[in-house]
Amino acid sequence: MSKAILYDATMCIGCKQCEGACAQQNNLPYDDRVAAEPVQSAHKYTVVLTKDDKFMRRLCMHCEKPACASVCPVGALHKTSAGPVIYDVWKCIGCRYCMVACPFSQPKYEWGSLNPRVRKCIMCPDRVAAGKQTACAEICPTGATKFGERDDLIEEARSRIRQNPSNYKPRIYGLEEVGGTSVLIIAAANVEDYGYPSSAKIGDTPMPEYTGRVMDRIPDFVPLWTLVLGGIYWVTHRRDEVAAAEANEKNGSRR
Amino acid sequence: MKFKLTFWKVVFIVIMVLGLYSTYVRFGRGLGAATNMTDQFPWGLWIGFDLLCGVMLAAGGFCMVGAVYLFNVKRLHPVVRPAVLTAFLGYLLFIVGLLFDLGRPWFIWHQMIYMNFHSVMFEVGVCVMTYTTVLFFEFLPNVFERLNWKTPIKWIHKVYPLLIVAGILLSTLHQSSLGSLYLIMPSKLHPFWYSPALPFFFFGSAIAVGLAMTIFESTQSAKAFGRQLELPVLVTLGGALLVALWVNLLLRFEDYFHRGILKQIFKPSYEAYFLWLELVLTFVIPITMLSFKKVRLSPQLLYLASISTVLGFITNRLNIAVIGFETFVGHHYAPKWTEFMVTLMIVAMGFFLFGLAVKYLPIFQAEKEETLEEPEVPVGAGVLSHAGD
Repeated sequence: MSKAILYDATMCIGCKQCEGACAQQNNLPYDDRVAAEPVQSAHKYTVVLTKDDKFMRRLCMHCEKPACASVCPVGALHKTSAGPVIYDVWKCIGCRYCMVACPFSQPKYEWGSLNPRVRKCIMCPDRVAAGKQTACAEICPTGATKFGERDDLIEEARSRIRQNPSNYKPRIYGLEEVGGTSVLIIAAANVEDYGYPSSAKIGDTPMPEYTGRVMDRIPDFVPLWTLVLGGIYWVTHRRDEVAAAEANEKNGSRR
Repeated sequence: MKFKLTFWKVVFIVIMVLGLYSTYVRFGRGLGAATNMTDQFPWGLWIGFDLLCGVMLAAGGFCMVGAVYLFNVKRLHPVVRPAVLTAFLGYLLFIVGLLFDLGRPWFIWHQMIYMNFHSVMFEVGVCVMTYTTVLFFEFLPNVFERLNWKTPIKWIHKVYPLLIVAGILLSTLHQSSLGSLYLIMPSKLHPFWYSPALPFFFFGSAIAVGLAMTIFESTQSAKAFGRQLELPVLVTLGGALLVALWVNLLLRFEDYFHRGILKQIFKPSYEAYFLWLELVLTFVIPITMLSFKKVRLSPQLLYLASISTVLGFITNRLNIAVIGFETFVGHHYAPKWTEFMVTLMIVAMGFFLFGLAVKYLPIFQAEKEETLEEPEVPVGAGVLSHAGD
């Protein structure tokens, strides 16, 4: 089974300790200035947003079938069986297709660097492998960010909504979106108001399927098309040969 | 040889100087300093023009090779060599452009060892690499003939059928795959341009542009190098272009109809203005023009129709790469001047190398007969004609 993060916006107090812990875990600078930045960037993998006194975290959703991993020409991004979508900087050539393809626009880039890397939340894969929680979940004082088995967290999210229906929108964002994600969000507000793409827009189909429909045909297409092209070549040139033989004349030109 | 400074040489030198400065900014200070690309707009002019348009503009190579060697349309033989040369240079320069755009271009060879078969980008990369090699072999006879090496020419002719089939197969794959690149972004790309049929549109437009570019290039180089215009060739190409445009048009509107946005595209909106511009240039102008026999028989008018077609499909691809994302992103992207200069420098290098090749290699060898009157050198052709001296 794979790990996941459940973020319950109703429990979040906006203390931004998750931002700080994330920065520390990933060796990123963090001070008041960074804390005040309301956007994710190459030096800020997660952000706590505020709107109408309500809070909302943004971070990589760690899709079950990630678009970023499927589009990467060198496989620098990949989904581990444990849950995290991780990044191998050595392989990366910097084409930035992952950034364009991600429906949540999560991968960010080191635009100022001469040896730039793609940056995003990687769900603390070392900690997860060691059986620990992610840094953000560990530090969260209220349990708004909770780490655990995806199936357990879905159950928990359901029961919280069931017990307190007036507190929540009746949905778990990430349960079905783009085929399911390893970050699940429940909230009193609409996640769309904080920049998340609407469920209707991204749909339940895993993004890689859109290209898979075409890419899967290629192994059949190549031999078939080769045969057709070769056939056309043979027919048109055979016609020439026959005509030449019939005329029984030697052609001085190249063909 | 005396060096004479002409207007186009000055333009060329200015472009090269500014381009080299931009190159310094790109590699000395990074993508952020050299471009207006951001986390919200990770692909800009270099992907939109250098990649999407560059590969399309080089499609004349596989179109002409296909017409002449596959379908045996012997009439078109005189344009095969210039078309293959354009394609070969086009792909080489496209790879140069890619080195600017990639964040870590020195790792481009990773493509060959860390293969992700699910990635459209991987497929495009492999096809472009292989096809450039094929084009190199298709181009080589020019060099061998010039050096008068008989044996290697014979070898190449032996494998020519293979090269032809491989070249067209690879072109089919990567021309259409450029469209497949965008299939994974249904929620980001504007519905005017996002369609499950994108790979078909990209392949269809590659053929139309391949034909239009060959008309453009034949006329242009005829003017620039004072050669005779091959009228029967142009007439054949013009007719084929008309058919190709109709097929493209029908496919596009069939798609709008099926996706139920036929009404939407006629309502004024930011995206609609760009779509209209594209549709007028790609379809309305050239199809109307080419429908008249008078136009199909006039090199000058054919030339104009082909320019309209090329500009139209360039607009189409820039719409897909840039305009189609602006609503999703929520702000506009306009390239920085350094981005323009790098692209211009690469295009100028293409003109220069084409001129050089024509001067020293038997590119136009097929028609050494009489040269008719020399038309005046048009705008844009000057660099071509003087590039070699």
